[in-house]
Amino acid sequence: MSDGARSLALHGALLALLLAGAFVLPAYHHGVLARVMVLSVYAAGYNIMFGYTGLLSLGHALFFAAGMYGMGLAVQHGGVTPALGLLAGLGCGLAVAFALGLLALRTAGVAFMIVTLMFAQAGYLTVLYFGPYTRGDEGFVLQGAQRVLFGFDLSDAGVRYIAALILFAAVLVGVLALVRSRFGRVLVAIRENEERARMLGYDTFAHKLGAVVISGGIAALAGAAYGLLFGYVGATFASVQYSIFPLLWVLLGGAGTVIGPFLGTLFMFYLIDLSSGYTSAYMLIAGVVLVALTLFAPQGLAGELRRRIWRGLP
Amino acid sequence: MSLLQTRALTRHFSGLKAVETVDFDLPEGEVRALIGPNGAGKTTFVSLLCGRIPPTSGQVIFDGRDISALPAHRRINLGMAYTFQITSVFANLPVAENVALAARRREATSAGVARAVADALERVGLGDRGDQNAGDLSYGHQRLLEIAMGLAQAPRLLILDEPTQGLADAEIAAFKALVRELASSTTILLIEHNMSVVMETADRVSVLNFGQILAEGTPAEIRANPAVQAAYLGTA
Ligand SMILES: Nc1ncnc2c1ncn2[C@@H]1O[C@H](COP(=O)(O)OP(=O)(O)OP(=O)(O)O)[C@@H](O)[C@H]1O
Ligand SMILES: [Mg+2]
Repeated sequence: MSDGARSLALHGALLALLLAGAFVLPAYHHGVLARVMVLSVYAAGYNIMFGYTGLLSLGHALFFAAGMYGMGLAVQHGGVTPALGLLAGLGCGLAVAFALGLLALRTAGVAFMIVTLMFAQAGYLTVLYFGPYTRGDEGFVLQGAQRVLFGFDLSDAGVRYIAALILFAAVLVGVLALVRSRFGRVLVAIRENEERARMLGYDTFAHKLGAVVISGGIAALAGAAYGLLFGYVGATFASVQYSIFPLLWVLLGGAGTVIGPFLGTLFMFYLIDLSSGYTSAYMLIAGVVLVALTLFAPQGLAGELRRRIWRGLP
Repeated sequence: MSLLQTRALTRHFSGLKAVETVDFDLPEGEVRALIGPNGAGKTTFVSLLCGRIPPTSGQVIFDGRDISALPAHRRINLGMAYTFQITSVFANLPVAENVALAARRREATSAGVARAVADALERVGLGDRGDQNAGDLSYGHQRLLEIAMGLAQAPRLLILDEPTQGLADAEIAAFKALVRELASSTTILLIEHNMSVVMETADRVSVLNFGQILAEGTPAEIRANPAVQAAYLGTA
């Protein structure tokens, strides 16, 4: 089988399984997967920058929150439809990512990490500062018509799952196309050896800026969808914790693979879920498993798959 | 007509005059060798040409146009290609993808890219290595890959920084043949320590010493030049 056919089979099978899950999963796991799908879209966005371009951001909550609040505030205070709210969230994320990219990409390495961290912190404080609108830490709930998208009521669990799956599938296909494209291959070249990419005639700054905007845009879309699907917008999602999560998910699942962010998000969710069933020290168990994984599968789950079985895994 | 010119091109490294007021002319179609003792400033000089490092002062003129202010990628897009002295390949990517990255800027279709990649690898003798990761190649083969990446860009000016370093004798012979074959279509600036390569491929030779042009002429003239001999013996 060619790489293209294999890739189609693998990612197609994942989507088919998830679709089957809509009908066969017990209610609890059904709910978990809907959440995991949306969060893994967030991780997929993160992966564009970190996994494919080699830019380690510690501030992606800024984009997630920009999407969530862009959507939430437009729906709550602007009275727009949820569909327009999603667009507003995406637009906010793209604009914030573009501005951050212009500034932060003047730095590299550790400085880049710190600059992104500081910007995300500024974003978090901004949410708190505008408490009268954002309701600060407490956040606000979206209700009734605010969650009816194209006539489908997202407060219904079945509808929510399908909506999450549609978003997940669209982003999965989009990312697959991106990493196979000319642009995507240049991002990988920049990750591997930026100086060489530049000396082959590629405008590496423009490519990195493009990566930040796409990455931030996908993260914002996930944030907007998350707010809409689960009906809640709160400052926690802008906190540093939510900047660290996608890094963990992507590391676990396999940086620079298309399927990795989903695997990592799913794995982490169930790891915490299961271990918290046994002991109150569940974070300890989670920590030990994470350390073991980084020792024995430093490339993450899908990274191991690529290393051992299929070198051409996209 | 000159494809490339420099005027008073200068680069200092905190007091060290690596390149000092160099006026240089390279006519279109010529194969020019750039030689000089270690540390003479050869790599620094060509890095200034392609914009890899900025000059302290002076101008670079390419095809009649002052490109001193252009960033490196814009200069490359005007038709320069640069191969690194210290091999700088994409170690974790397949050999073919390394070359494809070089070819993709000018080849619009994937079929065109594939053809350009196969052609460039064939010409340097790496035709059967396309699937291997570049980092797994021997040092000499990585140098050949560098050359293939240069070829795949189909440049007007090809700058090669010590391309034969670490190559076996047979590979050096193949390299000489390759340069002669390219000479009809490409202007070549070749930094080289191997005198047999210089003598057999270069139309003219420029000698750099302490950041300045010490002599310029045909290979035979340069070989007979007492100042050049002195520079190489370290008694200049
Ligand atoms: N980035 C740098 N910072 C400081 N000094 C430098 C730098 N690059 C080069 N130099 C110095 O500039 C001088 C010229 O170096 P360059 O690499 O251009 O010489 P070269 O002629 O290419 O030598 P070789 O034949 O060994 O490759 C040397 O003295 C070198 O130490
Ligand atoms: Mg050198």
